[in-house]
Amino acid sequence: MTAAALDTALEVVDLVKRYGDRTAVDGLSLSVRAGSVTALLGPNGAGKTTTVEVCEGFRTPDAGTVRVLGGSPAAVRHRVGVMPQGGGGYPSLRAVELLTLFSRFYAHPHDPAELLSLLGLDEVARTPYRRLSGGQQQRLSLAMAVVGRPELVFLDEPTAGLDPQARRATWDLVEALRADGVSVLLTTHLMDEAEHLADDVYVVDHGRVVAHGTVPELTSSAQAFVRFTGPADLDVDDLLRSLGPDCVGKESPAGTYLVEGPEGPTLLAGVTAWCATRGVLPQGLQTRRTLEDVFLDLTGRELRT
Amino acid sequence: MTVWPSLVPRGQPARRAQMLRAQTRTELTLLLRNGEQVLLTLVIPLGLLVILSTVPIINVTGRRVDFFVPGVLALAVMSAAFTGQAIGTGFERQYGVLKRLGATPLPRSVLLLAKTSAVLLVEVLQVTLICLVGLLLGWHPHGNVLGVIAFIALGTAAFSGLGLLLGGTLRGLTTLAAANLLWFVLLSVGGIVYPLSELGGAQDVLRRLPTAALSDGLRQLLQHGAFAGWDLLALALWAVAGLATASRLFRWE
Repeated sequence: MTAAALDTALEVVDLVKRYGDRTAVDGLSLSVRAGSVTALLGPNGAGKTTTVEVCEGFRTPDAGTVRVLGGSPAAVRHRVGVMPQGGGGYPSLRAVELLTLFSRFYAHPHDPAELLSLLGLDEVARTPYRRLSGGQQQRLSLAMAVVGRPELVFLDEPTAGLDPQARRATWDLVEALRADGVSVLLTTHLMDEAEHLADDVYVVDHGRVVAHGTVPELTSSAQAFVRFTGPADLDVDDLLRSLGPDCVGKESPAGTYLVEGPEGPTLLAGVTAWCATRGVLPQGLQTRRTLEDVFLDLTGRELRT
Repeated sequence: MTVWPSLVPRGQPARRAQMLRAQTRTELTLLLRNGEQVLLTLVIPLGLLVILSTVPIINVTGRRVDFFVPGVLALAVMSAAFTGQAIGTGFERQYGVLKRLGATPLPRSVLLLAKTSAVLLVEVLQVTLICLVGLLLGWHPHGNVLGVIAFIALGTAAFSGLGLLLGGTLRGLTTLAAANLLWFVLLSVGGIVYPLSELGGAQDVLRRLPTAALSDGLRQLLQHGAFAGWDLLALALWAVAGLATASRLFRWE
């Protein structure tokens, strides 16, 4: 049986994992469609890493089932790539030695030198793992996860601590993986990462899925709105009068304005026109809910904490 | 914009022989690149052999070099199989290396086989150098090679089991401290450089430790041409007990 026949790369049903009397994962279900990128989004301690480690076969669930590429995690190790959260390298091995070692575990690996070069690591190829910067170790770890040509890749916080350039390289690789039919499950607490990369997002908190959908599904709202920042104490009542009868708005906190109305384009034009007459340049204009808003609405908590 | 090569899935494990070669080479590289390991496995044993054979610090029966070559061989085996394995494995667990290897197609059995192979290769180097230096110092070996190989093989198994037990259960730094301390204690009172007969009542216990069994067995064989069956049995029992306990208690992370 080939994996191409599967339309679900990963299926987790009612997963429960406890550490002592703490329940890290509490009845979580998710599925990853073959060839798609799925993000587990949530604050630290939400149970993301535990979930991924059960799927990777590092932990046994207390309840629930996990099917990876149609089998048990242990049975499909050669078809799965894993990038854990930090660590995992022999300190005294050079980057190229470490990646070459991992490539030798597979029958048809990528060329380690080529992979290092593509991830911008060719200049540190002969640097021992322990002397690499955190970001370089992260990228090497990513290379180790994909060197065996996996069809499902687990990335646990792949861009934590990366500079913008390295982060972009990681995003590029994830998109290239998807383009070639590889399924990816990544965890992140970065909303923009999930928005940028993920076909499906599971918002996780306290070991449970609190929302699930595509990014547009999750961030769509019945009512159009415009949010912007500007000087404090603008005349909101005057703004609303200029916009017409069905609009509501408020300033909260000082200098941040939220205006809601029936139709987005007209609302945006009205707000900017009114600002222009007052000589105000609205900053940070936002017309769509972000995943951060979704998370805040669902849990009353900030995502990044 | 980076142009990626084809990333179309083709995940298939390599042949076990290829994995074993790659992992053994890695284990060997790690051992030889680690200054402390080289000190422990090569420099100190050779240094002790030269000093103790030429300077009359410790009183022994028979020719000095004939007494110390077997003891230093036992020390070398203990350093490579016990101390080196324990420290290496302890830190690999702490650094998450073993866990990460567990997510690859590399089977646990191949990993352990690679570690054993690396230890055996280091021992070949150790034994060669120790024998060469011994011969230069006028060493006259007795006994037969097969007997020596049997003792070293069982000694390696016994010490590996104990080393993996230590490194597989304690934290990296704790392992480092414990393994080095044990190495020093057993070097001193394990019959390696100091005749056990000088140690009074304690010798009845010390004689049963793998260090004494190995050094005494090698000494009986190489110095007197005698086969110490009880020592070989003691090593076999340590090997069975150590490896069995290690495989039960070993934690990969």
